[in-house]
Amino acid sequence: MNTTEAPDAYFEHGADIGIVGRGATMEEAFEDAARATFAVMTDLDAVKAVESVSVELEEADQELALVRWLNLLLGLARERGMVFSRFHLERDGESWRGSASGEPWRPALERGVEVKGATLTMLEVKKTANGWEARCIVDV
Amino acid sequence: MDLSRLQEINEWCWTIPLAAGEQRGEVRLYGSRELLAAMDNKVMEQITNVARLPGLVGAAMTMPDAHWGYGFPIGGVAAFDPEQGGIISAGGVGFDISCGIRCLRTNLELKDVVGILPSLARGLSEHIPAGVGEEGELKLNISELDEVLTGGAQWAVKRGYGTEADLEFIEEHGRMVDPIPENVSILAKKRQRGEMGTLGSGNHYLEVQVVDRIHDREAADAYGLHEGQLVVSIHCGSRGLGHQIGTDYLVSLAKGASRLGISLPDRELACAPINSPEGQQYIGAMNAAMNCALANRQILTHLTRETFRHDIPNAVLETLYDVSHNTCKPERHAVNGGKRLLYVHRKGATRAFGPGHPSLPERYRAAGQPVVIGGSMGTGSYILAGTVESERLAFSSASHGAGRAMSRHQALKQWRGRQLVDELAREGILIRTRSMRGVAEEAPGAYKDVNLVAEATERAGLARRVAFLRPKVCVKG
Repeated sequence: MNTTEAPDAYFEHGADIGIVGRGATMEEAFEDAARATFAVMTDLDAVKAVESVSVELEEADQELALVRWLNLLLGLARERGMVFSRFHLERDGESWRGSASGEPWRPALERGVEVKGATLTMLEVKKTANGWEARCIVDV
Repeated sequence: MDLSRLQEINEWCWTIPLAAGEQRGEVRLYGSRELLAAMDNKVMEQITNVARLPGLVGAAMTMPDAHWGYGFPIGGVAAFDPEQGGIISAGGVGFDISCGIRCLRTNLELKDVVGILPSLARGLSEHIPAGVGEEGELKLNISELDEVLTGGAQWAVKRGYGTEADLEFIEEHGRMVDPIPENVSILAKKRQRGEMGTLGSGNHYLEVQVVDRIHDREAADAYGLHEGQLVVSIHCGSRGLGHQIGTDYLVSLAKGASRLGISLPDRELACAPINSPEGQQYIGAMNAAMNCALANRQILTHLTRETFRHDIPNAVLETLYDVSHNTCKPERHAVNGGKRLLYVHRKGATRAFGPGHPSLPERYRAAGQPVVIGGSMGTGSYILAGTVESERLAFSSASHGAGRAMSRHQALKQWRGRQLVDELAREGILIRTRSMRGVAEEAPGAYKDVNLVAEATERAGLARRVAFLRPKVCVKG
């Protein structure tokens, strides 16, 4: 939700934050949703992509795939003490393979609010006139 | 909230009448007309969904501080009978399993330490890891983490973080029984390796407060509280481990619900019968996460004591009580004239056992369980005492906080963190944070009036007010 993130990357929720990802493909929308999620925690423009991690999951349900993708990224980032700023995702049927790049937290990085996890609330992955949109509430 | 859809039971308790042909349990919403009117309609929708879950006993309820959550509303309470197909819901516990408040009473008077507060604030902000990306000094391997998940605060005390005396004043004596660390994923454990003894961010805080007003002298005496005294409240939970358990089981239970014959009105209410392998697996993991939270608050208590003693060598900080407010616990409750074992979900709600309850420490047996309603950093918090009638009204449950009145997004539009910190400093409240954005999102004006919440909690009979605490120092994540 920092100044570099598009304001329409978020929607209202009483206590937590609604994130929205958009793209020409479903995979791009998921990548954009990841950016919106991590931008809640810091200014992504200041994050250097010095380390990369791979992400793999099997999921037939595209909405659950969004939640699992985001939660896997959050888990891997916390496990490594990192923040991610760049994301890539490809899909082959039920197989999702991607990567995330970023760097370990350092004092100069802006501290926003920690995202605990992506929820199934207001979860939606849909085709729109302009491409794809993926949204859900993240718990902070 | 659209009050025209509610039916008043009394001034402080409301219900939602069943529509023609509607199949669900009873719903009860506690609170004043003013508090309910200000709530989002989603609260009504979410608690109605909870009332549709199998094996519900009594009513699905919201506390006076309720607000729109995910799955369950925050401030939601619901009890389920395992012998009647009752369920356990990961969404009914939340991501921050066993998030709660540790309250410490001190032997210090505000008037004696006013000049030391800035130094104390600096020490606490330097000594207590807080905020996104921060890690603690304690690094644990997987096998040591399994000991944490098994031993809870008892593990922490054995490692030198605090004393045996602390344990008497923690729910479950600091250790939730029947944890199964093997049911916790490796990723969850890896997330926690550097996070023991950390505060987190969002609405978590460590506050130094002064007892501003006593409402119930007798209970205050039992709790060791008097006007002018300093107390400390630590609000946090099970950190990355709990968050990962929440995410792991939310998806697996949501996927398994249809196979188990459960029709979910909202996928976020992902659940399984308590007496099913899936339900038992989650319960084992959840109990382990509760122990993680209890150990975490115990370590933070120790760090707080170290900081106080650095500035004030004769400072004594005793645990007043440690209450969790994101839990599901097996408890025996009175139902239709008999006692039954129920699994009581409290998501953003506090257990509030009344006077005489056998699980209370002897010192509080006559007064009832201490209940903490945490306020916003600019207003204040309340300590209350559980009542006998809360057992009949809400399976002994009460409010847990002021409750949000506006979204984080709206708060960011309305306030600037730096400005708030300066304004609060002028009011004598020292805020220490690394996240000005976090401060703006947590602006006091973004919360309900804690006085109204505490009053409604008392008037509804859920708990009675004992003391009002005014913040002096607030460390925010």
